[in-house]
Amino acid sequence: MKLFDFWGGVHPAGHKHLSADQPIRIMPPPARLQIPLQQHTGLPALPVVKVGESVCKGQLLARGQGAVSASVHAPTSGTISAIGDFTAPHVSGLPLPTITLDSDGEDRWLDREPLPDPFALVPEQIAVHIAEAGIVGMGGANFPAALKLNKARQAKVHTLAVNGAECEPYMTCDDRLMRERAAGIVDGVRLMLYALQAPQAVIAIEDNKPDAIISMTAACHGDPQIRVVVVPSRYPAGSAKQLIQLLTGLETPAGGRGTDTGVLVHNVGTAYAVHRALRQAHPLISRIVTISGGAVAEPQNLEAPIGALVEDLLGFCGGVNGEIAKLLMGGPMMGQPLPSRQTPMVKGTNGVLALTAAEAQLTTPSPCIRCGRCVDACPMGLMPLEMSKRARHDDLDGALAFGLIDCISCGSCAYACPSHIPLVQYFEYARGALEAQERAEQKSKETRRLLEQRQARLARAEQAKVEAAAKRLAEKQRAKAAKAGVGVAA
Amino acid sequence: MIAAVLSLTILGVFCGWLLGLAARYLRVETNPLNEELQQLLPGVNCGQCGFPGCAGAAEALASGKAPVTLCPPGGQPLVQALAAKLGVTVDAASGPPLLAHINEATCIGCAHCSPRCPTDAIIGASKQIHGVIQDACIGCGLCVEVCPTECLQLRPATLTLKTWYWPKPALSFGG
Ligand code: SF4
Ligand code: SF4
Ligand code: SF4
Ligand code: SF4
Repeated sequence: MKLFDFWGGVHPAGHKHLSADQPIRIMPPPARLQIPLQQHTGLPALPVVKVGESVCKGQLLARGQGAVSASVHAPTSGTISAIGDFTAPHVSGLPLPTITLDSDGEDRWLDREPLPDPFALVPEQIAVHIAEAGIVGMGGANFPAALKLNKARQAKVHTLAVNGAECEPYMTCDDRLMRERAAGIVDGVRLMLYALQAPQAVIAIEDNKPDAIISMTAACHGDPQIRVVVVPSRYPAGSAKQLIQLLTGLETPAGGRGTDTGVLVHNVGTAYAVHRALRQAHPLISRIVTISGGAVAEPQNLEAPIGALVEDLLGFCGGVNGEIAKLLMGGPMMGQPLPSRQTPMVKGTNGVLALTAAEAQLTTPSPCIRCGRCVDACPMGLMPLEMSKRARHDDLDGALAFGLIDCISCGSCAYACPSHIPLVQYFEYARGALEAQERAEQKSKETRRLLEQRQARLARAEQAKVEAAAKRLAEKQRAKAAKAGVGVAA
Repeated sequence: MIAAVLSLTILGVFCGWLLGLAARYLRVETNPLNEELQQLLPGVNCGQCGFPGCAGAAEALASGKAPVTLCPPGGQPLVQALAAKLGVTVDAASGPPLLAHINEATCIGCAHCSPRCPTDAIIGASKQIHGVIQDACIGCGLCVEVCPTECLQLRPATLTLKTWYWPKPALSFGG
């Protein structure tokens, strides 16, 4: 297959050897799990269990509500000990509504009845099963997978691109999954193709993962619909828009979606979750997560239950050596700095990194020298120095005009910048400020409406008062007239 | 009887004519800018700006006697809108907006507060604990003044994952 190229990109040091060669270890559920009700784009799931209730592994804990949402299931058996707020796996350390599950240590499954033959179902029904299993995009997008499939089917997508590029440094969870569970992934890809009613799938893997390429090629051998495509290792090859560009040469239109090009991108982890949901009636209650970084005693990949705390994950990998200079959920390029270890892993968590001071390279920014390296690095063809300058001066419209909306926050620009300017943080700030502005405008519109409503209500009340007074007056006069009439008659 | 009706009618017509004349010859010239500014202001007439109502505030703004930050209920969007209209610059950033909050432990349900709220943001019947609908409250503080138990207070709006965003990097050099 002919490959195309995408603009820009960088070659950060991989650090993948730390965790790539150990097999996936299954982590037993810790004594207590903290399961957030919002691990996906959209509305939070609504709890269907009560505090004190005992639940089986795989049982529904909270149901997705509204058009965009995802259900949440019990990762092990035990008792619901609380439903309340708990620290979100987010840099702000703000809370999210969370279900606390105390494990009973038995890991007892709900009675499961796997489907005899998923291909006997209509395609829509496959999507229903995927939605019921609570599957979201596991590459970090967190978008409900069934919804994405349905939309893509309606858009008549012709190719499913299965993303095994894994371009983030340190991350090896997709690599290990492809090496060890290739057959499951390929089965998941077939199921998704059927749900999509699309003719072909390509599995894209970066050329730095030779073992994964071999095992995946073997697993889809003889299937005319599925092919493995080796892509060069360059960050961010695994970003949806860049992957589409690599495979088809098509650029996603500014402000548009990937599916506008006829290609739908799903992560290998998502394909595996689909396989498990349809073949084993196994909802999304665990995932492969890379625990790595120089401060981790035994870096490796774990299959860990959703809701396990970062503390537990690090503990299961032999704890930490020395001091953690930077704790991240996700990779060093796009990961989320974590303020605490007391925060749970979720469906979209591909890794936890505990970096030493030497790795974290905490640098001091200096002024921009207008060298243009950020422009060369940007895979979206933007001008990061101009955007950040405008964000810095709160010229949000100016930042927008330079393409802020198209920035995918990949961090290539900040990585390339010799002045270590936190470019991405400027963009996140500008985006947040724009959203806040929008919310404020919405509110002042709403305030005006409420004011008018109230004024109308007061006016009506006033009117009613006046009318009542007039009526009383009229009655009084009538009574007077009647009296006078009587007087005249008398 | 007829004489009385007639004399009153004539008096009425005459007064009307006088008023009409007054309106024509004694008209106060209103500045079109005043009107535009008044359109932007919330129209609550809460008096927090220290001017007699929103009309007074608009006049003060137009004549440069008041800063664009004069109106607390209008919040940041109003500041921006006024600055744009008047062609002045302001610093964008400010803390989170203040919103009214009722302490349920000390609310006695006197219902003094709810009739004062310009946006009907306070709910609760007499002798019941009252509550503030945060989405509707504009933080004008009119309710706070009348609460006899001081259970009503303005507090910075609580941040959520939806409203939080990265702060602007604080760098030590200019540029
Ligand atoms: S890479 Fe850094 S120093 Fe160079 S132009 Fe971009 S922002 Fe400025
Ligand atoms: S973070 Fe945005 S601006 Fe920077 S390289 Fe990536 S897409 Fe370009
Ligand atoms: S501060 Fe009080 S009166 Fe003003 S909008 Fe809020 S609740 Fe209503
Ligand atoms: S004025 Fe204060 S005490 Fe009275 S109902 Fe309102 S909040 Fe409660």
